[in-house]
Amino acid sequence: MHNSSKVVGLPLSRIDGPLKVTGQAGYAAEYFAPDMLHGYVVGATIATGRIAEIDTAAAEAFPGVVKVYTYKNRPSAARRDSKWKDEVALPGHPLRPLDNDKILFDGQPVALVVADSFEAARDASALVRVTYAADEPHTDLALERGNSYVPPVPRMQAFMPPKPRGNAEAAFSQAPHQISADYVIEGEHHNPMELFATTAIRNEDGTYLIHDKSQGSQNSHDYICNIFSLDPEKVVVRNSYIGGAFGSGLRPKHQLFFAVMASLDLKRSVKVEMSRQEMFYLTWRPSSIQTVSLAADEKGHLQSVMHHALHATSRYEDYQENVANWSGLAYKCDNVTISYEIAKLDVSTPGDMRAPGAATGVTALETAMDELAYEVGIDPLELRVINFVHRDQNTDKELTSKALHACYREGAARFGWSERSHEPRSMRDGNELIGWGVATGIWEAQMSPAEAKLRLTSDGKVTVSAAASDIGTGTYTILGQLAAEAFDLKLADVTVKIGDSTLPKTTVEGGSWTAASSGTAVQVAAQMVIATLLKAAQKLDNSPLAKATEEQVEIAEGRLVLEANHQVGIAVSDIMSAAGLDMIEEHAKVEPDKAIQKKYSAYTHSAAFVEVRVDAELGQVRVTRVVNAVAAGRILNPKTARSQVMGGVVMGLGMALHEEGMVDHRTGRIMNHNIAEYHVPAHADIEEIDVIFIDEDDDKASPIGVKGLGEIGIVGIAAAVSNAIFHATGARIRSFPITIDKILAETSLESETLQ
Amino acid sequence: MRHFSYTRAESVSEAVAALAANPEAKVLAGGTNLVDLMKYDVMRPAAIVDINRLPLKQIEDLPNGGLRIGALVSNTTVAYDERVKERYPLLSSAILAGASPQLRNAATTGGNLLQRTRCYYFYDPSTPCNKREPGSGCSAIGGVNRIHAILGASESCIATHPSDMCVALAALSAAVEVEGPQGKRYIPFADFHRLPGDRPESDNTLAQGEMVVAVRLEGNHFAGHHTYLKLRDRLSYAFALVSVAAAMEVADGKIVELRVALGGVAHKPWRDMLAEAEFAGQPAEDVTFRRIAQRLLTGAKGQGENDFKIPLAEKVIVRALRQAAAGRPQDQSVKAIQ
Ligand SMILES: Cc1cc2nc3c(=O)[nH]c(=O)nc-3n(C[C@H](O)[C@H](O)[C@H](O)COP(=O)(O)OP(=O)(O)OC[C@H]3O[C@@H](n4cnc5c(N)ncnc54)[C@H](O)[C@@H]3O)c2cc1C
Ligand code: SF4
Repeated sequence: MHNSSKVVGLPLSRIDGPLKVTGQAGYAAEYFAPDMLHGYVVGATIATGRIAEIDTAAAEAFPGVVKVYTYKNRPSAARRDSKWKDEVALPGHPLRPLDNDKILFDGQPVALVVADSFEAARDASALVRVTYAADEPHTDLALERGNSYVPPVPRMQAFMPPKPRGNAEAAFSQAPHQISADYVIEGEHHNPMELFATTAIRNEDGTYLIHDKSQGSQNSHDYICNIFSLDPEKVVVRNSYIGGAFGSGLRPKHQLFFAVMASLDLKRSVKVEMSRQEMFYLTWRPSSIQTVSLAADEKGHLQSVMHHALHATSRYEDYQENVANWSGLAYKCDNVTISYEIAKLDVSTPGDMRAPGAATGVTALETAMDELAYEVGIDPLELRVINFVHRDQNTDKELTSKALHACYREGAARFGWSERSHEPRSMRDGNELIGWGVATGIWEAQMSPAEAKLRLTSDGKVTVSAAASDIGTGTYTILGQLAAEAFDLKLADVTVKIGDSTLPKTTVEGGSWTAASSGTAVQVAAQMVIATLLKAAQKLDNSPLAKATEEQVEIAEGRLVLEANHQVGIAVSDIMSAAGLDMIEEHAKVEPDKAIQKKYSAYTHSAAFVEVRVDAELGQVRVTRVVNAVAAGRILNPKTARSQVMGGVVMGLGMALHEEGMVDHRTGRIMNHNIAEYHVPAHADIEEIDVIFIDEDDDKASPIGVKGLGEIGIVGIAAAVSNAIFHATGARIRSFPITIDKILAETSLESETLQ
Repeated sequence: MRHFSYTRAESVSEAVAALAANPEAKVLAGGTNLVDLMKYDVMRPAAIVDINRLPLKQIEDLPNGGLRIGALVSNTTVAYDERVKERYPLLSSAILAGASPQLRNAATTGGNLLQRTRCYYFYDPSTPCNKREPGSGCSAIGGVNRIHAILGASESCIATHPSDMCVALAALSAAVEVEGPQGKRYIPFADFHRLPGDRPESDNTLAQGEMVVAVRLEGNHFAGHHTYLKLRDRLSYAFALVSVAAAMEVADGKIVELRVALGGVAHKPWRDMLAEAEFAGQPAEDVTFRRIAQRLLTGAKGQGENDFKIPLAEKVIVRALRQAAAGRPQDQSVKAIQ
């Protein structure tokens, strides 16, 4: 049906853009209700142990304070773990805020102060006196390597390593070229612009309208209804606009629980907004240590791949992500062993953060590939090209599409890779050493179950609705584009309703699957409406479409016409008025095609090229150019797509050079819990970023040809930066972020010239 | 944030009286540091004396070719003032190396002098910190101390003064004009901030009831040979790991007069005037610069995570001196180091 793209594929601006830039898009904390109360969370100041004493008297006496909740007086909630498990819960015991006196991580909520103003709640929170009986914290992953384990209950079967193939150990030892190293990535913390917040508005009849920052309104809805045994019909959750989430909002956060808990208890509307500091105690990208060993023959053909990954999890849940399996499918190799373990630390449960697993594992693999290229003595891009593989060797399936060759080719051309001189420290401009690095990126192209409703009204306009979420990616816009395309409308004639738990069922917004999933649902709903319209048209006397089938018709310029001959057709308004219809509405349900999944694997791919300039004396790094060539199926909107990839690149640069939770392992506490000291790239750190999309015609990854884009942009970037730094300086740095101290330690910088 | 009383001073004497009357009172200028610290419950002043209405917003010429910068002149105004750019480009450059445009618009000259350290533990009231709570201990020693001092630290505190502007003011031998219950006095810049010793709670030598009314700069001959070079963890909007304000007079390839102040390495902008004097007459070349660097870093001591600052500081000093000698000051809008 996407024969004559008039809307889809165009670089259109977001339909919610004007609302956002004029402040009319309401975020979760921006709703108000009469007599609303405000909650503020008090966090634990130890990493492990228990609360010995908690004294709330001074806080309670503070003017404006209504109530202070601790584990001693928390209203009752569900007892069974199963009631606390959200749609994407992990194996283990979900955290129940204020359940008992045990402390499992730094920052764990120990009290909620509720007051008639935010300021009163915040100020009184400083008066809650807690004394702890602290135990010895274990937060240093390097020291817990001996306590690692294979997760007994997999989060997803696909995250578990594939069976070893061939004999990687033997092939390694026999190969002429070998490299083996450890790669360390420090923990990263989600800091989207918008803080987590919930406004629970209690209506007079006891029903609820809850504005929650989350990546799934229905996930939040079901979670809160289960915990408090609420009538699902009496609770509506909305996440209309989201100020960035990146995975942080997949699972409901404690502020949702608190807002509803206090509201039910006090019978008032309650808002709970997190502080920036609180953002550091939830859903973080776990610190990791990986060992990658690669071996190649004289020409560089991979003979052996061994990848062992370890990352942190909490005491109470087994967080898991697919870190190492990429190493089994990125390149052609017959001898592969992959292993994956986690280790418990006294930390909050890690969670998904943009390209969870891949951002970590591919960083190690792609740095190792660069090391191998230098070991073999061939161009790093050439090494990747000669080991190209057209099949998913992990599962022994065909790939739906893989235009990675074109990514390499076009990315290299745009970047000017052919001008690169191979030797490290061989390119220079004034005080700066120049380095060029490359890395491959991979991410899953997924589809999840989704539903959508589409309504056609007699004025020819269309409304699309689904409980999808737009976390800033452009979901509103692309769903509108698909509907507009199907009905040959302008984007302005389509209304998109999402971000509401009462709308058709949709999986949480994550994994880059929303465009493929909700997009397909919209397209199917559109086909169903057109089919209904056709039936109505065929009931008309002398209908010119009497013999037409669904496949033969489409809508053009307000008429239902034969695709092959637009002369033949009837105006939509005429069909509807003749049939006495004000509107036609259809509800589509889609899910991934099992038959296709059985035969095929689907991935997005990218090739990232990075130029760094490193001051030869001082070690200051600048990333002066990035070209990211991405093959991600069909691009619905090049403008929003480009923004996604650029954002991923920027986040990748943060991973490469800046982001790091600094933990005082003596206390197990994060010390740089603010965005002055937890660094993400500033404008000065970002120069040219060039995004190239390689078209892929792929009707198997999803029926609408979409593969998803939210995550691929970050994958490979940190490795490309580290490879570029190696090329510039000759120093191989295997510890991220690559801060100036590591460069100074590893580089024979030019102090000798000063002797 | 705790409840506090608020007074809007209409004159300097009124402000001084309000400060003298209450040892717990604090001046509010741009508020970019004080208000943050109050929200974090780190500073808990019982009284706030808002000085924003005071007539301290002028930059005036002094008879000796110098300038008097009022305590309320914003960092942006100082940085872009034509007289400052012409006579003290080092000061202008140092200011532009710090914070962000929004912060510099709000931040004042007096507030910049009195901004508190960025030590992670100082900012977190749930941790021991001698500066915040005398006698409670120093968490940074043996802890997360990447940004901490390598010079002049004590067993009670290893924090640094975070200002960029002050490093330039130290190199330029500015004087701080203060007013207090006893009247006016001038504090040489080197004596304004202090080393932590066993009283890390005191950042400076202001007496109770005193406030800063201006910063005074004398005429100088450094406009041709100077630089402000700042190394940090990202290319803007981060405090210095190490910064160097260098100024010199050069004749016939020899150093006539030398000024070097270091930022990000000590509890105050670090200057060693004795050492500077020793290098008068030496050739303005790398060998000398390296000796200067080593001399300035005599006694430098790392704390573990910040050990790298010692070799880094040495290199940054050398590069800064090279820039100054060549008359090629670092352009703060250019991120490549010249
Ligand atoms: C995210 C961030 C990044 C920053 N980065 C940098 C940087 O890179 N480099 C840098 O140099 N700075 C940086 N700053 C700090 C900034 O320069 C200071 O916050 C600012 O200069 C303080 O000035 P103010 O007028 O806002 O002071 P205020 O916050 O009003 O006051 C600060 C202190 O000075 C006292 N005070 C103010 N005026 C007087 C006076 N006249 N007499 C006596 N006491 C007075 C106050 O009582 C208070 O204790 C940064 C700040 C932030 C928030
Ligand atoms: S270094 Fe100073 S400011 Fe930091 S914790 Fe120690 S005493 Fe406090």
